[in-house]
Amino acid sequence: MGEKMSRRPYVREVPPTTWYFRMPRYMRYMVREVTSIFIGIYTVIMLVGLMRLSEGPAQWQSFLDALKSPGSVTFQVLALLFALYNSFTWFNVAPKALPLQFGEDMAPDSVVAIGHYVVWVLLSIFILFWAGVF
Amino acid sequence: MAKSNKPIIWGTFAAGGELVSLIMPVLILLTLLAATGHVPAIFGYEKLHAFAAGWFGKLAIFVVLFLSLWSQAHRLRITCFDFGLRADGLVAFVMYILAALGSVATVVYLARI
Repeated sequence: MGEKMSRRPYVREVPPTTWYFRMPRYMRYMVREVTSIFIGIYTVIMLVGLMRLSEGPAQWQSFLDALKSPGSVTFQVLALLFALYNSFTWFNVAPKALPLQFGEDMAPDSVVAIGHYVVWVLLSIFILFWAGVF
Repeated sequence: MAKSNKPIIWGTFAAGGELVSLIMPVLILLTLLAATGHVPAIFGYEKLHAFAAGWFGKLAIFVVLFLSLWSQAHRLRITCFDFGLRADGLVAFVMYILAALGSVATVVYLARI
């Protein structure tokens, strides 16, 4: 290795901007990639909320009012759907990313995945309860 | 062996991915409830301000924003590449600078509360 190959290597042509239309699983991968755009923008919205909270009651109220605009509600609905897709796909690969070992044995994949869903449901209910939703 | 900054980037990517997956849907649901007129009690100014004023609240807000900023910056960098934007060095620079600025802003705002 290290020497230049004397013959021209075969390079498969891959269109850089449209490659993911070729196969459904490439598309699913790309949908998951797009979730990062929505979650990234939502993170910036949370940061703006923190800024408004630090400025005072009137500024915080104007942040809450701004959340109510039709564009904002539409964005949040889309962000929620994309965030759910992101979470479910993450939980489904969790057995590969975070394999659990007990002594000699590996926990079955289903245990790790179901464990994630259980923790997610309990944590979500706890946060809703803490926030005073019910 | 050559030194690499990958473990640090990957650490925030993995921890951020886990935290974002577990809590982002419910956080979006909370603001969506507020946006549609069912404002959760925690969004009252006095309540949220008191939460953010305590050490636990500050820590929780910092961890959520810090990990979300860095993990999404890293994912957006890869998303740009996958959509055909091949100036990876420039994209990485912009994304990580934004995540760093967001992290500093988080600390500054929390310090003011």
